[in-house]
Amino acid sequence: MAETRVTYDFVTRAIARTLGNPGKGYFALLGSAVALLAVGIGCLLMLLRYGLGLAGYSHPVYWAVYITCFVFWVGIAHSGTLISAILFLFRSGWRTAVYRTAEAMTVFAVMTAGLFPLIHIGRQWYFYWLIPYPNERGLWPNFKSPLIWDEFAIGTYFTVSTVFLIMGLIPDIAAVRDVATGWRKKLYAITSLGWRGTNEQWRHFTRGYLYLAALATPLVLSVHSVVSWDFAMAIVPGWHATLFAPYFVAGAIYSGVGMVITLLVPIRKLFHLEDLITVHHFENLAKLCLLTGMIVSYSYCVENFTAWFGGHHAERAAFWYRAFGPFWWASWTMNICNGILPWLLWFKKIRTNILGLFVISIFVNIGMWFERYVIIVVSLAGEPFTKWTNAVYNPTWADWGVMAGSFGWFFMWFLLFVKNFPAVSISEVKEVLPPPRAKPSRVHA
Amino acid sequence: MMALPKPLNDLFRPPPTPGMLAVFAQLDTTLDAIKKLRAAGHTDFTVYSPIPRHEIEDALGQPVSPVRMFTLVGGIAGCSIGAWITLWMSADWPIVTGGKPVGSIPPYVVIMFEMTILFGALSTILGILLNTLFAARRAGTILYDPRFTNDRFGIFVPAGSDKAAKVESLLRDAGAEEVRRG
Repeated sequence: MAETRVTYDFVTRAIARTLGNPGKGYFALLGSAVALLAVGIGCLLMLLRYGLGLAGYSHPVYWAVYITCFVFWVGIAHSGTLISAILFLFRSGWRTAVYRTAEAMTVFAVMTAGLFPLIHIGRQWYFYWLIPYPNERGLWPNFKSPLIWDEFAIGTYFTVSTVFLIMGLIPDIAAVRDVATGWRKKLYAITSLGWRGTNEQWRHFTRGYLYLAALATPLVLSVHSVVSWDFAMAIVPGWHATLFAPYFVAGAIYSGVGMVITLLVPIRKLFHLEDLITVHHFENLAKLCLLTGMIVSYSYCVENFTAWFGGHHAERAAFWYRAFGPFWWASWTMNICNGILPWLLWFKKIRTNILGLFVISIFVNIGMWFERYVIIVVSLAGEPFTKWTNAVYNPTWADWGVMAGSFGWFFMWFLLFVKNFPAVSISEVKEVLPPPRAKPSRVHA
Repeated sequence: MMALPKPLNDLFRPPPTPGMLAVFAQLDTTLDAIKKLRAAGHTDFTVYSPIPRHEIEDALGQPVSPVRMFTLVGGIAGCSIGAWITLWMSADWPIVTGGKPVGSIPPYVVIMFEMTILFGALSTILGILLNTLFAARRAGTILYDPRFTNDRFGIFVPAGSDKAAKVESLLRDAGAEEVRRG
């Protein structure tokens, strides 16, 4: 953003221009998202009417596509907090142009993820049994269970990432309030909570924002660790590994950065934000993807090596089954998309090719969905006693329908967000620009 | 606007503060004006800026925001509540699971950790809101210009009619683009 044409006023106008007046293309996208959501709701209603038997569960695979989708969406969420909180603490200037999109993606991805445990329990109206509340039987949740840790972790993550997003939005909503007209001006006047950018407001805001980032940083690392313990605390071969927490966190950020690229490429194009979101930003995102992709590749190697070197027959059998059993196609999709594809990002030509990155990011998402499918479904199907139970697991239309619905749900919220609230942070993009001065500064060129 | 009973009206619609509003196009002229105002003995003026700048904070010599105390107290409270609910609820329905003690600390650390973050973050938000919305001086009673969220800096100096001319010349000397009386 070294170009001189990018001034404070340019930033406000460029981002305020993205709001309102949606075209036909926008409505077509929103319509498709809502249609997908309708498919999901239809499948969910069938599940409610006829029970979970409609999904492809078969002994011993009782955690399947719904839990896979849960882990997938929680994983997607993670890179948003990484970019908004961790890179904030590291004072990375480049994050300012992309963090709002990533953070909104976080909130909507957690909203999507949170639906799946509820769908998975079958009787959604008993969801409150997860919450510790005084009841006449004097029962309390089992706090030694990783499932309860998960509920606390996801609940905290959703709350904190939502308030973090809203907090950061307030000065930007005030900025668009002051250039908007009509009913939008009224909407922004209410949602900006009277923000005027006074020194008192900034003094408390910047401090508070710093502490929120400092709290969100360990939170984001803890959430996917806790999700991984849902599996690692059990003794299923293929799950029971101390590697799981860092392996899952790296995988989550890898998939999340992939999703950020998937979302940013069309937004940049449709909203004409080429001056604000440059190739430099995409290259940095690609580097994050490369780093976490390398950790994921390494984890795959360690996982397989430990299974062989550990010498336990069940563990060895589980990994043999994973690679060469009936689910070989899922395992090799995962290995190719996550273990081999990120190596392409070592090349600067590919990191700076936006179309290339877009294609890679979609394969990253596919690969990471299959990683969760392989870990969850294939590990369960390959349990040593499977040969006596004749497990055949195939997802049904109810599984695929609900999964499609989750994508509709996510994209619906995301599309509504980007057209109604600033999808790029106005005040933080201005912060990395040289401020207007009467006399040239000694510090800023 | 809807009429309010008198006590509510006094609370929510205080009368405007008389004073001078200056609009600046540059950061350094704003800083210059802040220094001159402080040298002339003004203390309760308000600076508007589209972005937070450390130079403005330094020029104003503001104390560190009390929001950090909210974060600390919230975090400690969350951690204690996490320890309390897990241990007390285990003791209230004692049942041995996994051959471990009824109240075992290691798994409960996860809950304590998450509660620390949750309460710390929520009380930070509360701290920001309480301090900016309710503890702000002269909120809503001073002049404002919509350009302050875009690309202009501003300073509002409360001044009665006796001091207005002096303040105006000070602000213009510092390089204000325009000065208005309100």
